[in-house]
Amino acid sequence: MSAAVEGGVDRAREFVRELLAHGFDFFTGVPCSLVGPVIAELEPHGYVPETREDAALGLAAGAAFAGRMPLVLMQNSGFGVSINAIGSLHSIYAIPCLLLVTWRGFGGKDAPEHLVMGKAMPRILDAIEMPWRTIEVDAMGAAVAWARRTIEDRPGPVALVVPPGLFA
Amino acid sequence: MSTTDAKTPPNPRVAALTTREAIAAVLPFLEGHAVACANGFLSRWVCALGDRDSHFYMIGSMGLASSIGLGIAVARPEVPVGVIDGDGNVLMNLGSLAMTAALAPRRFRHVCLDNGVYASTGNQPTISTRVSLEAIARAAGYADVARVADVTGIRAALARQAEVVGPTFLLVETAPESGPPAPRIPFTPGEMTARMRRAVAVLGASGGPPG
Repeated sequence: MSAAVEGGVDRAREFVRELLAHGFDFFTGVPCSLVGPVIAELEPHGYVPETREDAALGLAAGAAFAGRMPLVLMQNSGFGVSINAIGSLHSIYAIPCLLLVTWRGFGGKDAPEHLVMGKAMPRILDAIEMPWRTIEVDAMGAAVAWARRTIEDRPGPVALVVPPGLFA
Repeated sequence: MSTTDAKTPPNPRVAALTTREAIAAVLPFLEGHAVACANGFLSRWVCALGDRDSHFYMIGSMGLASSIGLGIAVARPEVPVGVIDGDGNVLMNLGSLAMTAALAPRRFRHVCLDNGVYASTGNQPTISTRVSLEAIARAAGYADVARVADVTGIRAALARQAEVVGPTFLLVETAPESGPPAPRIPFTPGEMTARMRRAVAVLGASGGPPG
């Protein structure tokens, strides 16, 4: 899943431009190969590598208290790690945060460790009432604009899901 | 005859400070700081004993108070940050000690009240009576680390740490509580978010250059 995808680096650059244009200004997370090019683009903007996805959400909550608009990126395995932080911190405290979650196990085609979460993720997102969308290759700006608007309308966490092949 | 099995040694903190006494001694040193408080009875005691607008009481997300404090410190380096943590919380997010040491915020006062038990769930033992959390903080690279067990020790250590540029860690040995807990936090989570954002903005506006 880590092989270069044609146009992936350019799309990562465009996606980060959209993030900055929509006011996202604090970046942290735990890597996934599917967002490798995005992390590379975020590093000049102060990307903070975290040790665990839920700790990254805590870091982002502190940044939000300090007036920043955070993005936390993670693999969907780390989304599993994050569910309690989303439920008992960001959701109830109405803390703004954009989660960028990769979709390993997409379509049931991936290594075994990704298949259960890959299949269940959409239902888990719905079950915890997280507003979410999958990023379409030709509508990245619209996805970021939707995320920002959703946060404005109802402060709290929202998620954009990264399918394989978008950036890597 | 011992009533203690080998896996759960007796808690050596029974004669130590109460949580209340420890918090009362710590709070004067965190005036002017944005303070993140660990969940459970700790937040409730801090709120009951000395609530300030600059306190964030974390009612869930166990382990993340230190990450939240670190996020404030990274985003607003001019704002002094305090974290009032517990041993169970620190053990649940040990990676945060590494993160804090790695990012090395200049004014970050991490205080862990270590009673050796999960107080909020009925005083079941943690492993902190067998593993020294301050030794982990020291190994991670905190700029100053201390372990104390009385009010005089708290005051001396925090007075010294207040002058340290870099993250500091203070482990305070406390006794498991036996009396009733403090009342629940009287604010809604949304109210706490709003007042914390305002308080950090005020502290940022009044903060001098990084010390």
